[in-house]
Amino acid sequence: MTTAIQTAAIQMEDVVVRYGEVLALDGVSLSVQPGRVTGLIGMNGSGKSTLFKTIMGMVRPDRGRVLIDGADPAVARRQGLVGYVPQSEDVDWAFPVSVRDVVMMGRYGRQGPTRRAHPADHAAVAEALDRVELTAYADRQIGQLSGGQRKRAFVARGIAQDARVLLLDEPFAGVDKRSEATIVRLLKELAADGRTILVSTHDLHALPRLADEAVLLLHRILFHGGVSEALRPENLARAFGLDGVDVLDHGDSA
Amino acid sequence: MSPLDLLLEPLQYDFMVRALTTTVIAAVVCALLSCWLVLVGWSLMGDAVSHAVLPGVVIAYVLGAPFALGALVFGFLAVALIGAIRGTSRVKEDAAIGIVFTTLFALGLVLISVTPSQTDLNHIIFGNILGVSTADLVQIAVLATIAFAVLVLKRRDLTLYAFDPMHAHAIGLSPRFLGALLLGLLALTAVVALQVVGVILVVAMLIIPGATAYLLTDRFGHMLVIAPVMSAVCSVVGIYLSYWLDAASGGLVVVVQGAAFSLVYVFAPRHGLLGKHLTARRRTVTA
Repeated sequence: MTTAIQTAAIQMEDVVVRYGEVLALDGVSLSVQPGRVTGLIGMNGSGKSTLFKTIMGMVRPDRGRVLIDGADPAVARRQGLVGYVPQSEDVDWAFPVSVRDVVMMGRYGRQGPTRRAHPADHAAVAEALDRVELTAYADRQIGQLSGGQRKRAFVARGIAQDARVLLLDEPFAGVDKRSEATIVRLLKELAADGRTILVSTHDLHALPRLADEAVLLLHRILFHGGVSEALRPENLARAFGLDGVDVLDHGDSA
Repeated sequence: MSPLDLLLEPLQYDFMVRALTTTVIAAVVCALLSCWLVLVGWSLMGDAVSHAVLPGVVIAYVLGAPFALGALVFGFLAVALIGAIRGTSRVKEDAAIGIVFTTLFALGLVLISVTPSQTDLNHIIFGNILGVSTADLVQIAVLATIAFAVLVLKRRDLTLYAFDPMHAHAIGLSPRFLGALLLGLLALTAVVALQVVGVILVVAMLIIPGATAYLLTDRFGHMLVIAPVMSAVCSVVGIYLSYWLDAASGGLVVVVQGAAFSLVYVFAPRHGLLGKHLTARRRTVTA
């Protein structure tokens, strides 16, 4: 049956994920529209990482299903639709790769079996580096960048990949205010291109400037809608427990 | 005796030529693989797999099958057992590795003791570089070529796997397959190096060159050149030393590699002990 409704970029229907006894996701239904920045808010252990892993297909749901651009996640991955910006602590920053090497990894899915770079790949990498303003740093080892530059390098990888859906895991941890503003601007531009940006964070301060809509998660979707409404004390209290209001007031939620 | 004579004299003997050739081949392949092992954090796994292949090699010998096949089967078996023990009991990974590889290695020792063969236990454990036959050399060359070719052709995928397996998955590659590939290459390479330095010292050839190169450069591509060259040079020096000093060749190959690592550890420009100290001082001066 065809519908006039625009296909959701990420569609989750009644997704349940269990790790042994622990219920990480308990019937999550979520529809994320393209061309918008969506903030995924929840405290540590609320299931944010599991949600990302489920979208990427690293975790198979015990129940329910996930669709990326209306397609099976495996198909979406092969088409390079899904880009991922890892959390800082998940990256080995001493790894001997340059910024350019990292961005080039975004092209691997479009290359032959030995991943030999063609002129089109070099052009895409140069363009992505330019877009995130890291051209001057292209030949530095990845760990020699500042916190904000590191994030932008991984965003550039997603751009070089031409990912339509970009997942960012805690992108503002260890990033100073100025770099944060640069990243926010960059993500809004990427959304304006028609990409889908899903940002997981427990830092609520950047949210009003960053996101078009917010999702509150605590194993289930507690709220999905406008940012200002999401940040109302009664909603935060549900997502973060009684301390939710403090999270916003004092700011040092990291 | 002139220096040239010192270099040329050993080459009059065929067994020395074969020893040098075999050692260089093994050194290059091991060194190449070691670049990934040190970055993925698989050094202990290299130790485990290189020991655990022993029963596989003995059984292959008895059945007349290729050594590499037996080694591959037992290499994977070891990793599966380690994973199973860690996943289904409260025993942690390092203990699981210790249990599995020592047990399989011991099984290999028992099998050797009941197998009527000319294979000397000492040769397997400490290597028998001076007794390498032409047939051995051919087998080693074939296995090494396979491992070398796969490593070079799939180097970018393996590096991606080492750096960011999540991204590999996200773009439709299989981290599981790449991990298994690296493991298979590890088992294959362990067989190659076994004959040169023996089971016990294989792990040195699988770790030291990569770790040394890692201290010298911030480019993975450069590591892939530095490690094999350094390892090959050290091996040749080790073999010559063993000839002149009439001492254990496998042992000397590893001692020379260890000495090279020590030098780099202290004197490497940026990541060496002195280099880091100087950079820190320069920073305090400018600050």
